Order: sequence, then structure tokens, then C-alpha cells
Amino acid sequence: MHYFWVPFLPMLGILVPLLTNKFSRSVCTLATAILPALALCFILLDLPAVFAGQSFSRSIEWIPQLGLALSFRLDGLSALFSLLILGIGLLVILYARYYLSKKDHMGRFYCYLIMFMTAMLGIVMSNNMLQLWFFWELTSISSFLLIGFWSHNSDARKGARMALTITGAGGLALLAGIILLGQVVGSYDLDVVLNSGELVKQHPYYLAILGLFLIGAFTKSAQFPFHFWLPHAMAAPTPVSAYLHSATMVKAGIFLLARFYPVLAGTEVWFVVVSLTGLFTLLLGAYSALFKHDLKGLLAYSTISHLGLIVLLLGLNTQLAAIAAVFHIMNHAVFKASLFMAAGIIDHESGSRDMRKLNGLWKYMPITATLAMVASASMAGVPLLNGFLSKEMFFAETLDQSILGAMSWLIPVLATIAGAFAVAYSLRFIHDVFFNGEPKGLTKTPHEPPRYMRVPVEVLVAICLLVGIFPNYTIGPLLSSASLAVLNHPLPEYNLSLWHGFNIPLMMSGLAIVGGLAIYLNRKHLFKFAGKFPDIDAKVEFEGYIQSSVKWAQKVTAKLETGSLQRYAFLLCFFALLLIAPPLLELDTTRGSLPGTPVNGAVIVAAVLLIAGSLATVIWSHYRLIALLMLSLVGLVVSITFAYFSAPDLALTQLSVEIVTVILLLLALYFFPQHTPTDKSRPNHFVRDLAVASFIGCIIGSICFALMTHPLDSISEFFLANAKTGGGGTNVVNVILVDFRGFDTFGEITVLGIAALGIHKLIAGMRLSMRTKDHDGRPWATDKYPVLLSVVSQSLLPLFLLISAYIFMRGHNLPGGGFIAGLITSIALIQQYLAHGVDWMVKRVSVRYHYMIAIGLVTAGLTGLGSWMFGRPFLTSWFEYVSLPWIGKFELTSALLFDLGVYFTVIGATLLILASLGKLTTKERIREGER
Amino acid sequence: MELVYAVCVGFMSACGIFLMLRGHTFTLVIGLTLLSYAVNLFLFASGGLTIGAPAVLNGSENYADPLPQALVLTAIVIGFAMTAFAVILAMRGRSDMGNDHVDGTEPFDRLAAEEKS
Repeated sequence: MHYFWVPFLPMLGILVPLLTNKFSRSVCTLATAILPALALCFILLDLPAVFAGQSFSRSIEWIPQLGLALSFRLDGLSALFSLLILGIGLLVILYARYYLSKKDHMGRFYCYLIMFMTAMLGIVMSNNMLQLWFFWELTSISSFLLIGFWSHNSDARKGARMALTITGAGGLALLAGIILLGQVVGSYDLDVVLNSGELVKQHPYYLAILGLFLIGAFTKSAQFPFHFWLPHAMAAPTPVSAYLHSATMVKAGIFLLARFYPVLAGTEVWFVVVSLTGLFTLLLGAYSALFKHDLKGLLAYSTISHLGLIVLLLGLNTQLAAIAAVFHIMNHAVFKASLFMAAGIIDHESGSRDMRKLNGLWKYMPITATLAMVASASMAGVPLLNGFLSKEMFFAETLDQSILGAMSWLIPVLATIAGAFAVAYSLRFIHDVFFNGEPKGLTKTPHEPPRYMRVPVEVLVAICLLVGIFPNYTIGPLLSSASLAVLNHPLPEYNLSLWHGFNIPLMMSGLAIVGGLAIYLNRKHLFKFAGKFPDIDAKVEFEGYIQSSVKWAQKVTAKLETGSLQRYAFLLCFFALLLIAPPLLELDTTRGSLPGTPVNGAVIVAAVLLIAGSLATVIWSHYRLIALLMLSLVGLVVSITFAYFSAPDLALTQLSVEIVTVILLLLALYFFPQHTPTDKSRPNHFVRDLAVASFIGCIIGSICFALMTHPLDSISEFFLANAKTGGGGTNVVNVILVDFRGFDTFGEITVLGIAALGIHKLIAGMRLSMRTKDHDGRPWATDKYPVLLSVVSQSLLPLFLLISAYIFMRGHNLPGGGFIAGLITSIALIQQYLAHGVDWMVKRVSVRYHYMIAIGLVTAGLTGLGSWMFGRPFLTSWFEYVSLPWIGKFELTSALLFDLGVYFTVIGATLLILASLGKLTTKERIREGER
Repeated sequence: MELVYAVCVGFMSACGIFLMLRGHTFTLVIGLTLLSYAVNLFLFASGGLTIGAPAVLNGSENYADPLPQALVLTAIVIGFAMTAFAVILAMRGRSDMGNDHVDGTEPFDRLAAEEKS
């Protein structure tokens, strides 16, 4: 079957106009039309099978667990809509070629137009509800682009925004409805959903689903009270209006109602809500259309009114009404598209759309006038035209329904009144524009359009006539197959013929025509009456509403988001507290079943030192140097704690990091004020922070205690058992680092390298004032580099390096390893910087530390990759015991190479950080832009 | 002993968080460092407290849990990188904004400005 490719062809075609834009206008138009034309051919090829009552669907699974699939279907309804979308689309492409001026970007216009076409085809052919919704939103977005095509025009921008807001919001409601429906049915597949009508209607969610679907459909199809966006969308170029606002986009809502008719229709709520909304919109649109002076405004309200008519038909509780609705969908699309195009021609060739200026154009453009007159006669429902047929059916069905009980007679009466207004505004369109005296104040003399600009109108008007005179031959099969898809069961008898004899519907038609004439003849009084009402501009109202909601949102945002990081930090801690506290409340006791370890004097001393150090850091935090010293005391006790509790590796690491950290912070302190100013602003914050911090501290302490006293199944047994046999080392901590969890370590040294490079970059752009005096006004010592320190540190350097080499080599089997060795080497080098100054070091050490980081990372990475050469996973380690004469038996391991990478990265990162910072005070400082 | 240990960890965390919530960058960095000490001790204790049995294989039966140790070892080094980054960021902030408050302005300056306007 060909239908599956139909949505894809225009999708490909989106790019065509952009690529061919550089050629002539005709080439661009032709190239743009090829793919949609091909798609139309495909639909036509499948049409006989559809007429035979078949429906097809085909899907490609995407995420079956979520019910997501690429899935298209072709049945009568989607065939009908595809024909309208592609057929009228092609005519609009031809029309736009003459309509657009040289200033307009033609490629862009066609690109949006084809995107819109793709979206519409996607809606009508989707066989999966979520996919349908995706295309639904795509129509909102592409119509936004099309309505706002003349983006230099403020009205176009506002109209586009309004349309997007309304239809986009409706789309979200629809999504909610679709998800609910999918949950109820258990599938998003339309084949399944369409046959689950009874299940859905019985379900308690039915009302919610119906409400959400109706919001989606009514916003898209401009039904009251969402109708106001449509007239403002008329700021779009006329081809867009002809396409979107007659045949396609506004019909998408109708399509939705028709598509889900078997699932959602048939209940009392549906009949009442849908029919009354339709009826009200029908009347409101027909009445308002008469008073618009703008040609397109008149057509826009007329469209609203006709959409209301179709919605009303879908809401009537007879099956023939649904058939009439389908019929009117086609007829309205055809005559309204031709009318919009005619209005565009008039605008294009006379320079105005104002019916107060446009008069007597018959003399200037008789052919266009004839075409427009036929089309508006169809809109009015004059016999021999397609509009007459569906309007007759409509009148007949209004008589047949019983939704309002004893008041049901109101519906045919109101329908006749709306029909009379339709006749009146159609008359106005003909009489005011083509007759009624001479044009007033036009900027140019009206004339006929280029030959091919009229062709689309001619084609559409010909269809109006053909369908109106020979309905059974032209539209019969399409109508019956589309109606079959809507009703989802065998069709009742109906008769499409032109003449049904003298009956009530014919009388209603006659009454409407006579009434319309009467209304038009008395239009002056009516205009005067309508003029007494205040003129409400929906655009101004809407913009005002948007502005106030933006202001409200800004106010709320400003309340929540003050820009104070201090406040955010507090909120973060506060909510973390709220989140971690509840699970703890479920624990029966803090103390678990494990026996505790007895306390001894050393532990008490260490604990007192830790607590006193922390407390002193807080109390003296204003005296920054003292706080720093207290902090380093805490750090030292922490490293002793590690050593005491059997973690020599940690103790060594902590000790060396402690030294580096303190040097770093001391260096930084040189650039900061020595004292923190007291924060006098909000004393309650002090209490607040203290409370939050204490609570979190209590919670962390409790968790820590509970964790230590509750029995725990650890995976560590595995590491202890396999360290020697699998990793070839007896220092299990090191084996975990370089072997079992080597990939983690690789990630961590990468982070270290990135942090160092980030710091380097931050320092590069820094401009800080250097102080010449300390806090108390004493100048810095001029004796820069104490001789004793230089001598001692220089002589200690080889010893340091030797120790670090030793620590490094033994790391696999005894406490030590790349991290610790790297830190020790760094400390040795930093000491040289401290003792001799940057200048002295730069002369002697010409290593660029960024390269060192890179070398380290590459070494570690390559070691990992090396195992691939032996067909093993990344970072599998290898070891072997070899013996050399004199040295004896020793172990060679690939993990050592990996650890070497760690070693280099740690040195590179530490020194890049500290040396960059240290250089800030010297002429060696890094400047911005320097590598 | 566990109780003493847990009290120390909790107290250090509280001090660290309190300092982190202060307004000036240097205090914040000090608080961050203090908190990372506490967190490292906390993680370390998740393997239980063992005395005199480092995870170096020597034929004995009882070893300290090596996994938290390995995790904490890298955490210490990364913690240093983070502290360094924070302090340099603080310096850069001072260089670009002329003060060392985390919000970019001293609150009493801000209050004064609000009063004036």
C-alpha cells in the first residue's frame, strides 16, 4: 500500500523550497509542488480500496513498552481529509506564487506551508494517539510561523502569539485527555481505542476525558468561548488564511470530534455540550460576520459560524447528522478556500480589503467577481451549489433531533435565523464589493489578476458546481466511506439528491433566503444598532491578560528567587533536612545490635580536640587566620583518626592533602581581607542557620551511629578474597583503586584535572589589588626568602623525592600508592616555591603542569586500553613475578603503570593550582588569553 | 567508642554547615572544608571501626573494610580539588565584583541602597 509514505513525502519536501529558493519563483513553486502532488497520487491510488469500505493501518514499533509506535492508517475519514489537505494545499501553493511579493522570502513561506501540510497529514493519518498529538502540536507551531510570516507587522506577531497560546494550551489539554483515554483503554492504538466506545463511556473518567478532548477540539476549531483568536489570525498572508482557516487547521478540531465520535459520542453530556456550543458559535459567528468591514474579517467570522454548524451537527443525536457534518466539512472547505483566495485577489489587485472603500468592482474584474459570487452563493446555501445540499441536510437533521426535550423546536428556529444571517453576509460580500456604486479612495485601479492566480479559484468553484449538481457521481463514494469511518458501523439510508420534494427543510431554506434579503436591505438600521455596543478588541484584552499574568509570574519569581546565593544555600539545606528526617523516624532505635568498642583515653582526647577545633573554627571565623589554623588542627586530628582506625592509606593522604590545603588557603588569604565584617543585617538569620545546621548535624550523627551499630552485609569480602589472586597486591585499598574500581579512579583523576584547568582559567582573568601592608598596617617583611628555609628545603628535596618513589613503588602491597606519592612530590616542589620564590623555580623547572595532567591521564587511559590488545575488558590488570640477578624476585604489574598515571595527574593538578595562585603576585602571573 | 565518633561527626557537620551558610566566601570555604572532613569520617565509618587491622593482607583473619577506605581516599583528593576551585572562584568573585560576599553585594550596602531609593 502506498498510503504509509504519504506523510513522509511532504516531510521530505520541507527542505525543497529552501534549496530551490535561489532559482526563479516558478521553479521554486514547481519543485515545492512535486512531492505533495506525488503524495496526492498515492492517496488516489489507494482510494478505490477505501471506497470499497476497507481501512488500512500499518505500524513500526518504537518503544512498545510505552505504547509508542510510528503508525499510520487510511480509512474513509483520513482519505477525505488527506484529499482536502493535499488538494487545496497544491492550489494554495500555486496561488501563493502570484500572491507573494518580491520582498517576501518565498522559500521560507513554502517551507512553513509544507511543514504545516505534513503536520496536518500526520494528524489525519495517525493510528497512534500520542503520535496524533505530536502532529497536533506541530500544526500549532507551524501555524504560528505562518500567521506571523510578516513578522515586521505588529498585528501579525500578536495574532500569531494569540493563536499559538490558545491552540497550544488546548493541545496540552488534549494530551491529558489522550493519556487518560490511553490508561482507560490500555492502548494508544486507534484500532483498539475506536472499538472501545462502550468501555470508555461507562468509565468514571469519561467526563474528564470528554472535557479535555472538547477543550482541545474547541480551541483548535475556534468554538465559543475560544473563537476570538481566529479573526486575529487574519493578519496572515491570504494564502495562509485560505489554507489554514478554511480547509485545514480549524478543521483539525472537527476532525478530532469526528475521529473519536465512536468512542466519545452518544451520551447525554456529549449531545448537550457539543450541540449547544456549536449552536451558539453558529449564531455568534453569523451575526458578527455581517458587521465586519474587512473582507477577511467577514470570512473569518463566517468560518467560525460554519465550524459551529459542523460541531452542532456532530452533537445532534441522529446518525444522519454525522453524515451531514462530514458532507459540510468538504463543502465548507471548498467554497471557503475559494472565497479567501478571491478576497486575496481583490486585496492584491485593488490595494484594500475594506468594504467601505471597495464598491463596484464588477466593472474592473468581471471574471473574479463571477467566481466569488458563485462561491458566496454556495456559502449562503443557494440551490444547485454544494453548500445548498449540506445545508438542507443540516436543516432536516435539526428537525429530527430531540436533545432539548420539549424545547427541541428551538434548534431548527435558531438554525434558520443563523441561515438568514449567512445569506445576509454572503449578499453583503457580493453586493458591497462588486456593485453598490464606485470604489472610494483606492490607491490603485483594480484589475484582473494574473491568469494563473485565478486558476485555483476556478478549480474550487467548478467543484462547488459539480458537487452541487451531480452529488451522487462526484462525492457519493467519498462521503459514504468517510461517514462509515466516523460512525464505525453500517450507514443508515440517506439520499443525496437535489430535490426531495416540497418539505420543511426546503421551506427553511426559502425562509433563510428571504430573511437574509430582508436583513441585508435593512442593514443600515442594524449597523446603527450594532454600533451602540462598545467595540471590544480581543487583541487588546488578550495582550492585557498576558501582560498581567507575566507580571504576576515575575512577582512570584522575584519572591522565590531573590538572587541571594546565601538564601538558596539555606533553602537547599532546609529541604535536604525535610527529606532526610522522615525515613529516620521509622527506625525503632538508633543503637543497633552490634557490640560497641570500649572507649579509651586517646579517643577521648582526640574527640575533645575535634570538637574544640570545630567550635573554635566557628567562634573565631571572623578572624580568618585563626579560623584557618583551627581548621588545620581538625584536619590533623582527622588524619590521626584514620591512622588509629586501621586506615594508613587514608591517614597518609589526609595528612598530605592537609598540608596542601592549608598552603592554598594561606595563599588565598593574602588576597582577602583578614577579618570578616560582622553580618549585622538580619540577626534572625543567625538563629535560623544555627537551627538548621544543628538539626542536620544531629541527623548525620544519628545515621552515623546507627550505621556503625547495625549489622551490615558488606561486599568487601570479595575484595579481600580476590586482591592477591586477582589483582596481585596485598594492599587491598590500593588494589581496589587501581584495579577493581580502576574506572572510578580514572574518572576521579579526570575530574581532578578538569578542576585544575578550570582554576587555571579562573586565575588567568583575575585582577586583584595586592596589599603592601597587613591588617594592622604593618608593611610586609622585605626579607623575602629566609636563608635557613631555602637551604633546608633544597637539601630535603632529594629525600622527599626518594620517599615518594618508595611510597609509590610499595603502594600495591603496603600503604602508599599513586595518590599519596603524588601529593608528597607536590609538597616537596611547593616547598621549593615557598623557600625560593616563583622566579627562582621558573628558571629551574620548565615543566608545564597542564601537560603533566595530560600525560598522567593518557598514561592511565592507555594502560586501560592496553588490555584490549589482549582481548580483555578495559582496565583489566596484568601481573607477573620476575627475578633479576642481584635484585631478586619482584612483581611487575600493569596496575603500577596506571598508578603512575594517577601520580602524574595528582602532581600536575596540585601544582597547577598552587603555582598559578602563587604566581599571581609575580611578573610570571598568567594573563588572560595566554595558554 | 561509636557514640563518641558519631557525636564528633555530627558536631563537625553542624559546624561546617553553619559556616557554609554564612555570607562571606572565605568563611564558606572553611565551612566546606570542615564539612568534607565530617563527610569523609562518616563514609569511612560505614565500614565499622576497626583497630589494628589494616586491609593489608598478611594471613590474619580480621581486616578493616577496605571499600570505604578506597572511596574516601579519592574523596579526600577530589575534596581538595573542590575546595581549591571554590576558593579560587571566591577570589575571582572578589576581583570581579569588588567584595567577598556570596551574593555579590554586602547586605548592609544593599539595605542602605534600598532605603535610599
